[in-house]
Amino acid sequence: MAKERDLRSYMNNNYPKTSERVPDGVVKVGDPLFKGWQAIGYGRYLVGALIMLAIPILIDPEIIPALEGVDSPIPFIQGGFGIRVLVVTGIWILLALGLSVVVGMAGLLDLGYVAFFMLGAYTTAFMTPSGGADQFHIVEWPNVAALPFAVLVCVLAGIALGIPTLRLRGDYLAIVTLGFHEIVRQTANNLTITNGSRGIPGIERPDVGLPLSLGGVNTEFGVLSSHTYWMFLLVPAIILAVIMIRHLEDSRVGRYWTAIREDEVAASAMGVPVVKMKVLAFAIGASTSGVAGWIFAGYATFISPNNFPLLYSILILAAVVIGGLGSISGAVLGAILVTGLPEVVREASGGQTIFGFDPETGRIAIFGFLLVVVMIFRPGGLLAPRRRRIELSEASAAEGVIIDESAQPSKDELEYAASIHEDAQRKEGD
Amino acid sequence: MTGLILGFLYALIALGYTMVYGVLKLINFAHDVIFATGGIAVFYLFGLWLGITEPVTGAELALVVTAALLIGGLASSGAAAALERLAYRPLRRRNAARLSYLITAIGASFFMTYMYQQDFLLGTGKRSFPNFMDRQSAVTEDFLGTRVTDIMFLVVVTSIVCLIVLDRFINKTRTGRSIRALSEDITASQLMGVNVDRVIVTTFVVGGFFAGVAGVLYGMRFGNVVFNMGFIPGLKAFTAAVLGGIGNIRGAMVGGLTLGLVEHLSSVCIGSEWKNVVAFSVLVLVLIFKPTGIMGERMGG
Repeated sequence: MAKERDLRSYMNNNYPKTSERVPDGVVKVGDPLFKGWQAIGYGRYLVGALIMLAIPILIDPEIIPALEGVDSPIPFIQGGFGIRVLVVTGIWILLALGLSVVVGMAGLLDLGYVAFFMLGAYTTAFMTPSGGADQFHIVEWPNVAALPFAVLVCVLAGIALGIPTLRLRGDYLAIVTLGFHEIVRQTANNLTITNGSRGIPGIERPDVGLPLSLGGVNTEFGVLSSHTYWMFLLVPAIILAVIMIRHLEDSRVGRYWTAIREDEVAASAMGVPVVKMKVLAFAIGASTSGVAGWIFAGYATFISPNNFPLLYSILILAAVVIGGLGSISGAVLGAILVTGLPEVVREASGGQTIFGFDPETGRIAIFGFLLVVVMIFRPGGLLAPRRRRIELSEASAAEGVIIDESAQPSKDELEYAASIHEDAQRKEGD
Repeated sequence: MTGLILGFLYALIALGYTMVYGVLKLINFAHDVIFATGGIAVFYLFGLWLGITEPVTGAELALVVTAALLIGGLASSGAAAALERLAYRPLRRRNAARLSYLITAIGASFFMTYMYQQDFLLGTGKRSFPNFMDRQSAVTEDFLGTRVTDIMFLVVVTSIVCLIVLDRFINKTRTGRSIRALSEDITASQLMGVNVDRVIVTTFVVGGFFAGVAGVLYGMRFGNVVFNMGFIPGLKAFTAAVLGGIGNIRGAMVGGLTLGLVEHLSSVCIGSEWKNVVAFSVLVLVLIFKPTGIMGERMGG
């Protein structure tokens, strides 16, 4: 009963927003800190952005020359190398956000997500001048102009992959998406325009036209040449993606996705356009990886199929699940763990071996071990989404007790139920 | 012939995927390491400890090969059973979501693969497999126009024997019946008195055994072992299982052979660099027209 009512109020759009549905005991509603955090609204994103930007600026010796050769106060993030790790982490956060739409919200198991990332990067490479080699681009536009096309190509690829394959059940979809990744990668490996496995060198960096000059060392006008400057591109992109997904989650579309994820048959019986919504999830998920691909192509200036191994598709899925399926903060945390953890292990080990085990080469082994441990002790992920936690607390509560006030039947529903009851009694009387 | 050999190896590995999937509805992503374990165990025991590196002949050969196949199979069975006990069973006790299983499997696969990469085990490079069977000598120089080496012959015979044994095991024995029951409905078979935990372990052990045999054959055929030797064959075998209809044992055989032949034909006709593209395209096409694979999903015959 509760599930049916849930679904109906979903469709009627009078379901409370995810951000408002916080039952007692799950998250501390009365906590003043939490209330304050909610009250500032979009200010939250601003705070987050400032923190994310402050870290690289404060440790970049290129911006603050005094930092040259000084250990940064934040452990494991040291100087130029640390900032490069941050940029890569940022790109992975974008990817994880996109994938969390596909896997977390719509419940479609996508094991080839990095294929979209790759398409975005290659589209960028084809459209910008690349190192004087004529054959590796179709048009010679400035890097920034390639962004909409990178996104467009990814969205179209998402639709093209989605339409024929979304009839398939979960696990079949997984292998088909995995195959899609391999098809894209091998094709790039074999064509002449992609220069095969040798890759495309010398991709132009974006000229954002902003007079970015922090400190005195690297002040090339507008062109993103310093690693830290890339954070100025990544952080707004991440924030925008978060806002977009947050709004989608609470929109009619997001509820359709949840309905499909929980029970596809029931959802389609309730009139959810299942295939359309699945394709939409694929397309929206692919769009953020288009942005990520565009950023990666400009940042690395060199791309080859080896930058996009199958392993990454698997790792990014691991990031989303380990963080907490369907949770935005979980996706961010997962991406940070996947990229950051191996680096932390590398730093912390300092080249020492323990009983012949070398943490530097074995860091993926450690990561794998942690994956298993996390899944055993927190099957829902580190930051299980609020909705999932509500469901869990409802399940553990005694049957019939509904914690959430707003999930009680509405007045209309009660009247409807009463009228049915009366009808039934009248018939019995006859 | 090359395609056929590859197809039989894929089929052997695919059996493990398909059995575990049939019973637990779980893609056992760690199966690739189970496969590698067989090859690596034999590499250790025969190559490093017993030091059998020269080709042997006659009865000795038969003994060594049988021992190698059995030991490889048992090593993989052990690894599979350990995997089930340590990683999957705790999840089952918690009624975890299916994605948690998948991620656990991926984690276990990473863990074992990169442990093998450690210097105290295999190290990063290729290690040559003990060539106790002469890789050059041929059974016949001309079988339908191709040269068949001893090893190729061995692969075909072993695979066919394994496939027949498994098919009989699943369809005729009591344990096989339990496995089939579990794949239909776990709760119902539990109520009927099937010891679910034991049957699940058995499934892993049997699937692991065939993967281990495949691992040894793979090592003999290609002459070396690497820490991540399982990744690509594992992926292909999984594709083969899906192609044939995952959960269906005969489907795994059909899928494996189809995939091996498709790969070989495409590398002959179009060029070997396109073989993966063709293989996966065939998979996508088959699934579009027949969403549950060539043979469907039913486990028993």
